[in-house]
This record gives sequence, structure tokens and C-alpha cells, in this order.
Amino acid sequence: MAQPSDRFYTKEHEWVKIDGKNAIVGITDYAQSSLGDIVYVELPKPGAALERSKPIGVVESVKAVSDIYAPVAGTVTEINAAVEDDPAKVNGDPFGDGWLVKLSGVDAADTTGLLDAAAYEELVKSL
Amino acid sequence: MPSLLFEMGAPGRGSRFVADAGGAKKYLPADLLRSELPIPDLAEIEVARHFMDLSGRNFSVDRNFYPLGSCTMKYNPKLNEAAAGFPGFTDLHPFAPDDGAQGALQLLWDMERTLSALFGMAEFSLMPAAGAHGEITAMLMAKKHFAAIGQGSRNVCLVPDTAHGTNPASAAMVGYRVVSIPSTSRGRTDVGALRSRLDGSTAVCMMTNPNTLGLFEDDIIEITQAVHDAGGLMYYDGANANAIVGLTRPGDMGFDLLHLNLHKTFSVPHGGGGPGSGPVGASAALAKYLPKPIVVRAADKSFALDWRRPDSIGPVREFWSHFLAIVRAYAYVIVHGEEGLRRNSLLAVLNANYVRAKIKDMLTVPYDDFCRHEFVCSAETLKKETGVRALDLAKGLLDAGVHAPTMYWPHVVPECLMIEPTETETKETLDAFAETLRALVKQSHDDPASMAELPLHTPVRRVDEAQVGRQANKGIGLRWEPPPNERAR
Amino acid sequence: MYAPHTERDIQAMLEVIGAKSLEALSSLPRGLKIEKPLDVEAPLPEANAYARIKELADANSAARMLSFLGAGAYRHYQPPAVPWFATRSEFLTSYTPYQAEASQGSLQAIFEWQTYVSLLTGMDVSNASLYDGATALVEGVIMSMHANGRKRVAISRGVHPMYRAVLDTYAAGMGLEVTEIPLSANGLTDASKLDASGVACVVVQSPNFFGCIEDLTPAAKAAHEAGALCVSVTAEALSLAVLKTPRESGADIALGEAQSFGLPLGYGGPYVGFIAATREHVRRLPGRLVGETKDVDGRRAFVLTLQGREQHIRRELATSNICTNQALCALIATVYLATVGSTGLQAIAAANLKRARELKEAVCALPGFASAHEGPTFNEFCVRTPVPAATLAKRLEKQGILAGLPLSRFYPELDHDLLMCATELTSSDDIKRVTAALAKETERAVAAV
Repeated sequence: MAQPSDRFYTKEHEWVKIDGKNAIVGITDYAQSSLGDIVYVELPKPGAALERSKPIGVVESVKAVSDIYAPVAGTVTEINAAVEDDPAKVNGDPFGDGWLVKLSGVDAADTTGLLDAAAYEELVKSL
Repeated sequence: MPSLLFEMGAPGRGSRFVADAGGAKKYLPADLLRSELPIPDLAEIEVARHFMDLSGRNFSVDRNFYPLGSCTMKYNPKLNEAAAGFPGFTDLHPFAPDDGAQGALQLLWDMERTLSALFGMAEFSLMPAAGAHGEITAMLMAKKHFAAIGQGSRNVCLVPDTAHGTNPASAAMVGYRVVSIPSTSRGRTDVGALRSRLDGSTAVCMMTNPNTLGLFEDDIIEITQAVHDAGGLMYYDGANANAIVGLTRPGDMGFDLLHLNLHKTFSVPHGGGGPGSGPVGASAALAKYLPKPIVVRAADKSFALDWRRPDSIGPVREFWSHFLAIVRAYAYVIVHGEEGLRRNSLLAVLNANYVRAKIKDMLTVPYDDFCRHEFVCSAETLKKETGVRALDLAKGLLDAGVHAPTMYWPHVVPECLMIEPTETETKETLDAFAETLRALVKQSHDDPASMAELPLHTPVRRVDEAQVGRQANKGIGLRWEPPPNERAR
Repeated sequence: MYAPHTERDIQAMLEVIGAKSLEALSSLPRGLKIEKPLDVEAPLPEANAYARIKELADANSAARMLSFLGAGAYRHYQPPAVPWFATRSEFLTSYTPYQAEASQGSLQAIFEWQTYVSLLTGMDVSNASLYDGATALVEGVIMSMHANGRKRVAISRGVHPMYRAVLDTYAAGMGLEVTEIPLSANGLTDASKLDASGVACVVVQSPNFFGCIEDLTPAAKAAHEAGALCVSVTAEALSLAVLKTPRESGADIALGEAQSFGLPLGYGGPYVGFIAATREHVRRLPGRLVGETKDVDGRRAFVLTLQGREQHIRRELATSNICTNQALCALIATVYLATVGSTGLQAIAAANLKRARELKEAVCALPGFASAHEGPTFNEFCVRTPVPAATLAKRLEKQGILAGLPLSRFYPELDHDLLMCATELTSSDDIKRVTAALAKETERAVAAV
């Protein structure tokens, strides 16, 4: 799957779509496909202040567990209750309906350590 | 497809066990009583057919070869079972007075002395119920030790990246921070990396030897010395002890604490996942922290449970040991003696090397070295060439009546299969295994798509683990539920 | 010896490997090889080994004595069908059922065990088993700590002393503070003395160690008002056949020991611990869980699930470090429950009530003896003795009777209390014999003073 070019990526396979001071975070198609069938998603509580690169939750598949790291700092405004209820949505549509958290208070100018779509595609190809 | 017990039977079957006690429930106030006991009434023949049916849907050592790495699925001699069934053991109450339990106490004492001798430890506790229980027992001892010597701030547990998952989990239970140690290209612990992580915060370093790649840690003396120099303790995970009994001793390597898995090394049957037994041994300096009670022998050669151990961490289970498991292991020990145990270790290593030699042209065998009781091989090349994974090979083995090897662990080897034949398998079985594997590798090249279909002939084929996992996270699908109309009733 | 190798096998295999000798394959760094014979007895031929072990078994005279010992390990009838089916090779010598295709027998049996535990306790979900009741208590406390992030536990003094000792052992290493809830004069947990504020859970056992049946409701109410969980402990699982379920009493977690379901006394083990909880705590359950699913052909199948909580995947973040548990013991209990069924289990429980009642009445009618507590009991009870209970027990032991457990062993202040147990195996003659002996030995003991 091509990496959507409207967002940034991390080396830990999260994506973040920044829109002004707001952002949406999820895991990439590569991440969901490496994990396999996702059975459980643990997300931070709305209102939680996230620090960049710190673990904010967990995605669990049948045979593996992976931490989710915050790609940017911000405050959680909403979590995707639909994926908590049906984690298969992360497998089905990781870049769309399978999003995980929405953030506010994001510094759009600070993209330190984030990769653009082309750079992330390179990373995935190298794995 | 066998029904569940809860879908069988009829009310009123099965009321033959005791004389009718009439309305004995009247002795209890009504508000303390349950209204119903909704479990099925079954005729004995229904029970018989049901469990015979289930028994036919299981692999077992008595029927199948289990080359299951790190699990030591050796044959379980039937002498063990006879021994554990003697009424003098089965009918003995844990609170029986010591005078009336001299045989059991002597057996425990003999076993404790024998294990101490075989593994080079000052003393053992036979109390822990399984390997992981032994680990947490030892971690509690280490923590108590450091508190006692005024070094309670030590809080780091070093664990090689090839370690069993129980090691970090046990260390975390006592609040230790787990730091992973990488392996070298030779498949051994990276001593330099280990040294760089040692400091005043080091509490314990947990290792197996041979390690989970089946390789002996040649630098073990250097490692234990370095950890001791930093003030830390060395813990030996006995999961792989089947390679070393009678040949070398963890105590001589410099380990301070260890656990054994009597259900691996000492032929106690696995029982489909327990009961095990996980005795913990300690050096002279640490023995005082062992769980209590421990059996002692008095000057008159009588035996007793000794509760007067003021520095003990205390008991770790409700009674003194998994006694009937210890009886089984004791039977194994006295039949073999030191020489027999040593021979078993040598033959376990022989069998593993034989299989390794037979299959190294089929699958990648990393680490060009003799292995000990087990070895790992990788299906990575096969996967690149054909798309067939280690998992598919393992499932193919099931069709041939061979249990799958341990898969995808340790993580340092991609597409890993870990093979441990044990010493009780014949050369013929090992030859047949190699040929089965060869046929599967050939099939992988000839018709890779067919491999994803395997197994074909087991009672069920590959199962859906995703849907059940998602339901289970909500607490659904983990038990039989009465049909909705019955629930209403 | 059970390894099958002939010298010829060994030579042929060494040749394939390309090694000179067995020893060459197991070479060791300098100084590590065992050079001198160890202090291990010479091997015995199998026939002699059998005789030796039988001799040790026969040396346990207490196994043949008339026994009124309970206190967490109970002598019950084991229908012969139970070991006959449960200990078949296919179950006994199988591995943990990680390979679902090769383990449907074990997996379905565990699923059935989980169902039995749920039905007996009234809970939504149960795990595959734990080592024993005491370690189940530790796991229940850890679950509570994870649920609300608190590190203090309030536990009744009526909980089995060995269970509490095991909890203390773990608590010391886990930085957990354990506070005791005292007992009232009637031998019951004094909920009025319970301060549940800031505790992770409140732990109460019923029937408690003294045999008294507890009503958990007040403790559960206090726990819930303080945002804590209520943990119910059952050391005599047979009582679940007649007593109100832990769930009905307000427990969030029900745990205990199921040795009574067909497992021999065996000098203390192996037995089988159980743990069950309400649905909201399912992810906090320790150890293995089996779920129902389908295979690729749509057939009903069973499989280990929620493994992401477990140590082999989550390592230091696992809910528990447990790996091997008590699968075969849980299977024995499952076959037991299937064999006796609802009718049988209730009849056996009723027989325990009746026999214990008869024993209590007979012993308490002896001069100087009295029931220690007034309230209802199940199959054991405390009797107050006119001379120190330990003295009496020692005297009866000489006559081949294990009269019960002198409570001074765990409660030094209760030196005139004897914990006695009767089960469906206790006959009227047994009761006559022990009462006669108690009367006579009391007289002698008094005379000796």
C-alpha cells in the first residue's frame, strides 16, 4: 500500500496528520500487517497530555504486543471508541477509520524526527 | 465433535455416592444458601465416552514425538506413576504430625540433599510449584538479601534477549527494572555489553546455560565473576538443565540461586500444562532466605519440618511442596543414580546433534557449533524462496503425528524452529522425523500454496484466533453459556 | 534407564554428526567438569526402587489413621472413574495446549473447567487454574492492585493462616501493605472494625479457617463504598455446592482451592487453585484462558486466548509470571464434577453437613468440651477443649487418631481450641471412637496434672 502523502510518520510506524493545532494519530499499514489480527487496543484517556515519543497505548494481536508512541506532543481530545469496540478496524483501514486518537495543542511547526511519506516508504522497503 | 458436558445429561442422573443425608441443609440459615446448582447430572457412561472422546483429540508423549525446544518432553517412566499412587503418600494429610510422616519427610530430605549435590548448591527448597514460581521465590530472596545488607536500592535485573518470558515477568513482580543483554553473532551472551550495564544498581542477572539457542555459555565464569564484582547475584534458570546434569554444576559456575523444572529434567509428566515442580537452590550465603518449612534430620535420624528459620522469606504456597510430583522425580533419580543421569545428559546432547546434522542441509542452522540438548534452525531462506513459513512446517508435522517444535522464539532468530528431541527417543524416530521434515521442505518448493492448508488430518484444522481474542477481551466466549431461553427460566 | 541407545546406535549417530565421542559433544570450559563422584546414591534396579519407595510410603503411619484433619486439605471420596479417565496417557503426558490442532482434548477440558468454576462461583469468567488457593489469593490481590492502583490490602484474620503467610511473603517483595481485619467473639470477620479507605481490596474467606460460614455482604459493601474490590476466598470448594455464591454476596473476584474435587491429600500437593471474576476484570486475570472458536472448516474448536496478557508475549508487563499451572489437577476436578453432577455434589455436601453436625454434637456433649463459636458451620468447626488441644491431639495420635488441628499452631492465644473436620467418609463408628478417646484422654491428662 502506498503511504498517504498528507501526513507524517515515525520510525515506530505511527502516522500523524496535522491540521493547524490539531492532529490525528494512528498506526501504519505496515504496522498492522506485521502485527497480524489485532484483538485489543488500549488508548489514553481524553484530556491526557502526551509527550513526544512516550508510550501512549498498546495494540495487541493474537501473538504480539506493540506499544504506541506519541509522534508529537499534545492533549488528547478524542479517542476512537469504534476501534476499542472492534479492533479489526485497525487492520481493515489503518489510515482511515482505524485512527486511534485526536490531539489538540499541537505545534505544527515542530516536526522533529518525523518522516514524510517518501522517507517512510524507504524505511518500510528496507525492512 | 464432542458436545460440552453442559450440553449433555439429564437431571437426576448420578446420585449414588453417599447415603441420603435428608434435608441436612436445614442446619444452615436460608439466607446463606444458594438457590440452585446449575451443573449437569451425567451417567457414568456419558462421562466415560466424553473423556475418552477428548483423550483421542490430544497429542501426548506416550503416542507422539515432541521435539519441543526448551520443554524437555522426555518419556515419563510409569514407575513414577506407581510411586505417586501409593496410599501411604496419597492419603497423607499435610498437617499429619511429623512422627506419622517419616517416610514422606525422608523422601523430601533425600531429594533435597541429592539436588544440592547434583547442582552444587548449599540447600534447596522443594516448595515452589513450577519454574516461574521458583523464579519469583528467588527474586523475593534476592530482594530480602539486599535489604538485609543495606543495599535495598539495587533494582535492576539483567536478562539476556534470549531468556524465557517468565524471567522478566518474575523480576518485575518484585519491582525490578528489566534490562536486556544482547547476544553475540556466536549466539552467546555479549560479555562486553553485560559489563557495560553493570553498576551499583545491579541486583540480579538471570541466565540459562546452555542458553535457549542450545549453546553453552563458555564465558560463564567471566560473567558470574563480573556480576559478583558489581555486587549482583547470579540466577540460573534450570529450564535447560537436561543438558548438564552430572556433567557440570551451576554452583561451580558461580550461580547463587537457581530453580529446576522437575517436570522437564526429572521426568515428571507435563499433564497438559502442569502440575510442575520448581525447587529453588541457594548458595551457602543465601540459603537462610529459602522458603520455610524445610525438612531437617535430627541427631536420632528422625525427620521434621523446620519452621524455625528466622531469615526465611516465608512460605510461597499453602503446603510444603508439590509432594506427589517430588515422589515422581525421586523415582527417576534413584533409578538412575549420578552415572545414569550423566548418561542421559550425554544422550540428550547426542540426539539433538544428530537431528541437527540430519537437517542442516534442509533448513538454515545458525551458529556453526555443536549444540547441547537443543538447537534452533531458521526457515527464513525457505520463506524468501517459497513464502512458506516456519509455522507451516510445524503444522505439516502435526499431520505426520509429530508435535510442532517451539516456534518464533527466541526472537533473535527469524522464522525460528527450536528442536529438543530429548534422550528417550530412538534413532529410528529421529531418522523418521528428519525424513518427514525433508518431505515438507520438498512440498514447500513443489507446491507452496498447499502448505498453508496444513494440517489436514488433525481433529480440527487451523483455528480462528482473532475473533475469539476480540470477544475474550470483553469477557465473552470463555465458558459455556446457557441458551437464552434457559437463562430466562 | 529409559534412554533407548545401544552402543551401535551411538557410534552410528556420532559418525553422522562427525564427533569422536559423547564427551566431545558436551565438552566444558576448564574447571567446570565434575571430576569426583558426587554424594548421590548408586542407582537401584527398577524393582528395588519400587520396593524402596513403597517402604517410604508405608512408613507414613498417619496416612492410615482415623483422621479429623481438615484446615485447607480435605479427605473426600474419589470415585474410581475420576482417576481412571483423567490420568490417561493422552492427558497425563501431553504438553501445554499451545498447538490447538493437537490439543483439543486438553483445551475443551479446560474450557469445561472454566465453566464449572464460573457456575460454582456465580462469576462471569474463570482462568485455566493456578498453583493453589494461597497463590490464587496473591494473584487476586495483584488483580485488585492493577484495577485501582492501590497498594494496601485489608484481609480477615479468618482467612487460612497459610494463605495469609504466603501473601505476607509476596507483600514484602512487592511493597504491599497488609492490614488484618479482626474477628469478633463468634469467630466471624468483624466488619465494623474494617477501614476500607485506600485499600485495593477487602479479603474474606467463607467458610473461614475456623469453619464458620461468613456472610461477605457487609465487607463487600464497605469495600465498594471505598472504591475497593471484594475478594472472596474458598478453601473448601465443596461448600460452594450449598452456600450462596461469592457473586451473590458481592464479591468481584472469587478464588480458592479445589482440592476437594477429587484430588488426593498427597501430603499437600499438587492441588488446584481457581480464580474467577466479573467480566470487567477479564484482562487482569492471571495465566491461561481458553476460548471457543471455529477452525477453517467451520468446526467448533477451542484455543488459548488473550495471550497478550501473558509472560511469553508481554514479558515484564505481563499480568502475572505464571506459565505452567495445574492443568491435570483441573482436569481431575472437571472429571470429578462431571461424575458426581449437581445431584451428587449436593448430596455429598449434605452428607458433610450432617456428619460434621453429628461430630460437633457428640464432642461438645463431652464434659468440659464446648463449641467455640455459635454460628453455622459446614464440615469443620472449633471445639474448646478442657486441656490444651495440642496435648490431647498428641495423646490421640498414639491411639491412631488424628483428632484435628490444634489452633495454637497458628493462633498461640487459642491453645484450648481444636479444629475438627468430618466429611462424607466419616462414619458413626468413627465419631464414637474419637469421642470415647477424647473423653478418656482428657481424664488421663487431667489426672496427670
